[in-house]
Amino acid sequence: MATSKPRTSSFSRNLATVTSSTPGLKYGPNGTIFISSGIPDLDKILGGGFPLGSLVMVMEDAEAPHHMLLLRNFMSQGLVHKQPLLYASPSKDPKGFLGTLPTPGSSKDDKSRDHDPENENGLRIAWQYKKYFGDNQHHFDSNRDVKHEYCHDFDLRKPLEKHFISGQHIDCVSILDSPNLAALRDHFATFLAQFPRNASSISSAGRIAIQSFCAPQCTYSNMEWDMLSFIRSLRSMVRSSNAVAVVTFPPSLLSTSFSRRWQHMADTLLSVRAIPDEDKEMAKLLTGYQDMVGLLNVHKVARINTQVPVILDATTFSIKLQKRRFLVLESLNQAPIDSSSGTSYGTSASCSGSSKTGTLDF
Amino acid sequence: MDQRAPNLLDEALGLVDEEKTKPWPLSSRVVLVEDRVETSGAFVLHHLLKRALSPHSSNDVVVFLAFSQPFSHYDRVLRKLGCNLTAQRENNRFFFLDLLMSEFPDGDEGNKDGLVALYGKIEKVVSTSFQENKKCITIVIDDFSLMEVAANGATNYVLDFLRYCHTLTLAFGCSLVVLNHEDIYSSIERPALILQMEYLADILIKAEPLATGLATDVHGQLTVLNKEIRDEQGSSRNKICNFHFRVKENGVEYFYPGSKT
Repeated sequence: MATSKPRTSSFSRNLATVTSSTPGLKYGPNGTIFISSGIPDLDKILGGGFPLGSLVMVMEDAEAPHHMLLLRNFMSQGLVHKQPLLYASPSKDPKGFLGTLPTPGSSKDDKSRDHDPENENGLRIAWQYKKYFGDNQHHFDSNRDVKHEYCHDFDLRKPLEKHFISGQHIDCVSILDSPNLAALRDHFATFLAQFPRNASSISSAGRIAIQSFCAPQCTYSNMEWDMLSFIRSLRSMVRSSNAVAVVTFPPSLLSTSFSRRWQHMADTLLSVRAIPDEDKEMAKLLTGYQDMVGLLNVHKVARINTQVPVILDATTFSIKLQKRRFLVLESLNQAPIDSSSGTSYGTSASCSGSSKTGTLDF
Repeated sequence: MDQRAPNLLDEALGLVDEEKTKPWPLSSRVVLVEDRVETSGAFVLHHLLKRALSPHSSNDVVVFLAFSQPFSHYDRVLRKLGCNLTAQRENNRFFFLDLLMSEFPDGDEGNKDGLVALYGKIEKVVSTSFQENKKCITIVIDDFSLMEVAANGATNYVLDFLRYCHTLTLAFGCSLVVLNHEDIYSSIERPALILQMEYLADILIKAEPLATGLATDVHGQLTVLNKEIRDEQGSSRNKICNFHFRVKENGVEYFYPGSKT
């Protein structure tokens, strides 16, 4: 990714080197440091990635496991960059999940979005706009080592190579049988103590991934205030360390009031929703409906060290699997209106999940 | 942008004072700032902090109870607004209590880390400052819902704490500014906590998103309810103001709906 300097206020430091020593980190405005989410489109939407010290929460949809896609890419990205990882899940054997992590895509030249390399070998189409794609071409020609990129495109059909998983700082915890959360909290505190935030240069960043925190099979799942207290202490601990925690939870299992409390705790708040198969109304409204796997909503973007909110052009994105391998997020596009039907739909960038009534709300 | 140029929020709060002869208009008053997930009201706290620590008077003391963000965050934000919190902290005008990791379980009266002890600390700072002739003391709590979590849901316990802080406003003339999230309570049947806070407050500032959705130029709307404004005739009435705002790094623009230039 091109390291273009974003517009900064006069109080930000001038940073000479950005990615030479630590490929997994990117410096952002207001003294924040980003790590990649593992999904290039999501990094772009969020303005660089997840800032260190922030708590990311993903609201799950009970009907679809799309939050796992986000978790997998997040965890794989950390392993590729050799960032220590702590993974907690309600399954009895969380280590098994590591076998499902995707591997970085081998090279970029089989992606149809980017520059088509066949132009060089066969037909030489004389188009003058090649000179404007200078950056992308360099990405092609130099055999860049996979590790030196900030964000990789993960191939969901191939599992992560063994050498990334073994011999790494990976800690897997099962939250199924924790009767009280105090021991879990201490475990997390020990992990986060490896990445204290101080003024000196940062050595490495840590990643925490917690899956389905309030899942009903966990013994503590009916202790609402205790769970909230755990999230609060996780948030406070992450704030004072160079780490990012991603927590997914199904909001339908919490009461509205507590769900709102959880949402307020998050620095970055995302939600994933399922798309019903064979929804004819949706197929008429949106282009590329058949390729869509689900919808991603961005509710809140982390605002650390600043008070200015981030207003995105669009907050709803479709999750697609390009070539059934790479996760991409696209903004929704309305299908061309069929001229034979008399109704006009107006302009709207977002669409509710079940538009069975056929009306768009905007 | 002139720091002292009055804006709509200052006018609504009564902070416009050309002669600088009147005392701090917020003394002895409780300000409740409410916000939602979609629209954060933290910028109101930053604005009040900046006004409370204004350089022209050295009588101001702020006690800040931080549950939400560490000192570095506020330092950076206020620096862009033109206020140096580090210097104020060294001058003993800004007392920052980092309560991000603190727990306040109920029933721990003897515990030196409980809410009772916290209140004792605040009371000590306020009374010492009052004796040093610093008349404009402000207590800020950011944010109250996290204090509830720290107390593990003991609503009465935290409400007692709030009432004790309220007595400080009466005894020492200090002002109390509290931030809470209104949408947490709107779905409960008997939202006792938020109702009691709204009743206690003299000034209610609500930050909400626009009814029409997101916009890059207008970040939301602010409603300021100022109870018991005394006008020139001496009679008191309530005053409600509503306007839109746009948050920037070095300040916030306030404007009436439709008049954004």
